[in-house]
Amino acid sequence: MAYILCFILFLVGLYGVLTKRNLIKIVIGFSIMEFSVFLFLVMIGYIDGAQAPILIEGMKNTEFVDPLPQAMVLTAIVIGLATTAMLLAIAIRIYKKYGTFDITKINNLRG
Amino acid sequence: MDNLVILFVIVPLGSAFLIPIIGKFIPHFQKALSLLALLFLCTLILNYLFTGNSQCIIYKVAGWEAVENVPIGIYLVLDGLSAFLLLIINSIGFLVVFYSFSYMRKYTAENYFYTLLCLMIAGMNGVVLTGDLFNLYVFLEIAVIASYALVAFGIEKDELEASFKYQVLGGIASLLILLGISLLYWQTKTLNMADISHVISTQADSKTTLFIQIILITGFGIKGAMIPFHAWLPDAHSSAPSPISSMLSGVLIKAIGIYAIIRLFYNMFAITYEIALIITVIGTLSMVIGGLLAIGQWDLKRLLAYSSISQMGYVVIGIGMGMLILISNGDKMVASMAVAGGLFHLINHAVFKGLLFLNAGAIEYATGTRDLKQMGGLAKDMPVTSSTSMSASMAISGIPPFNGFFSKLLIIIAAIKGQYYLLAALAVLVSIITLAYFLKFQRYAFFNKTKYTGSALVKEVPFTMAFSMIVMGVLCLVLSLLIFPGIREIILSPAVEVLMETTEYSSKIIGL
Repeated sequence: MAYILCFILFLVGLYGVLTKRNLIKIVIGFSIMEFSVFLFLVMIGYIDGAQAPILIEGMKNTEFVDPLPQAMVLTAIVIGLATTAMLLAIAIRIYKKYGTFDITKINNLRG
Repeated sequence: MDNLVILFVIVPLGSAFLIPIIGKFIPHFQKALSLLALLFLCTLILNYLFTGNSQCIIYKVAGWEAVENVPIGIYLVLDGLSAFLLLIINSIGFLVVFYSFSYMRKYTAENYFYTLLCLMIAGMNGVVLTGDLFNLYVFLEIAVIASYALVAFGIEKDELEASFKYQVLGGIASLLILLGISLLYWQTKTLNMADISHVISTQADSKTTLFIQIILITGFGIKGAMIPFHAWLPDAHSSAPSPISSMLSGVLIKAIGIYAIIRLFYNMFAITYEIALIITVIGTLSMVIGGLLAIGQWDLKRLLAYSSISQMGYVVIGIGMGMLILISNGDKMVASMAVAGGLFHLINHAVFKGLLFLNAGAIEYATGTRDLKQMGGLAKDMPVTSSTSMSASMAISGIPPFNGFFSKLLIIIAAIKGQYYLLAALAVLVSIITLAYFLKFQRYAFFNKTKYTGSALVKEVPFTMAFSMIVMGVLCLVLSLLIFPGIREIILSPAVEVLMETTEYSSKIIGL
């Protein structure tokens, strides 16, 4: 069920990137896509009813969730932050040069 | 040597850290440090190639040993293929840094330029060394984020627009790669490439694997600008400062696009017919359409960018054909010939396309224009640029005795021996098209009767720029020696052997 939610989120983001004309909205769509992948990544390691993998004495339940995807998603979020910051920085620079966020008016390059 | 592998990542990363801090106070520190760092890495890799007898070096980061043959830490693997790519990255990087000394003088913020360049090289070195999938993604992002910033380095209208386009497409590609990696982790519960290969071969679910493979091909295809996904390349590569165009076209699309495809689909996944066919078809499309699009261009750097797509098509055809022959139980010699042709064309393309972009930069430096119609008669005023670009143009269009001839010959002979006659015919045809548009470049830029009529006084470029161009121009000729026995065994053959042993790579790494 939750996997389908990830997929829907991914498509929502892709729709935003492909159809919106405003640069900032494209960035938002891109972020939505990004987070759908992160959500998927963190759900891979989830096991129903399992514990966090912290070893303490006298433990009875020995079923743990997988900690590796959590470490991976943290790294991926940091990288995502860098990508988004870079996109926004360029978007603001474009606004200073062209005076608009509308991509149909930003068309110096063709092909 | 065993413990020195990590230096390929640490040295450029450390330089990138030191340059903005110390470079502020000491003039020319940034240039000296980046040059020395890359020179050091070049000597290191040459030392490995000439003394190492191509043995495979495994470096376990932080000393995490495998538990019951299951790797738990990150592995860095230096084998023939990685060494081949490292040689390209660091030597082209070295020449580009040397070229930038004069070229980047017109830009402000030189510190940041060298920082980003070192960061990009650190990322690429990491991508070709790592044996861990998630680590590959991290290094790939380091390299591409630095390249996004470098494309926009001029902060004029064109550069910003190209960078934005590049970032959106490159970002989608990164997400697809991350999705593919997470699906692969879901299926196999491991991230080490050798281990994944082992697990997939024992418990195969071919439909899921095919889905993952398609996602990864799309992701790395966008990064490597294969034809259906090429839209960002002509903008990004033509808008960046020329030394960076040379790095992007000459090295980046190979190190993070083509290399990843080769490594994953030869050494990690078992080769299947469908995937081999997809890769070959993508390569053919790139080769033909890229060549046709390049003819009509009047912007010099845009012409070179389209030509990059076309030439990378040759590389991918060589690789894909090798897979096709291997899977249909063809002659193994023919398969290794196709792969050798592909890899040989990869190193050749790095040299001559790097050189052509440096030439374009020199012309832009002297005349201030990139439009072929406004140039003309530059041969007399710029003898070095003219002669080196002549050498590169002849190499890229495959005229003997330049290196491009031998690599294309290998690919075409392999295609005929493997009975892919259509591919051989197309490869010859595109070679002629390549010759056509490079003759156009030569004629309009250097040998036209109508003189250049700009305001700037045209004279030859400064020494450091000329030096890099001459070295690369000579390399265009010298690299054709790589094909001959005796020299072939040092650089080319180890890389081909790694690919020919396909999934035995896994048993070599995890030691089963």
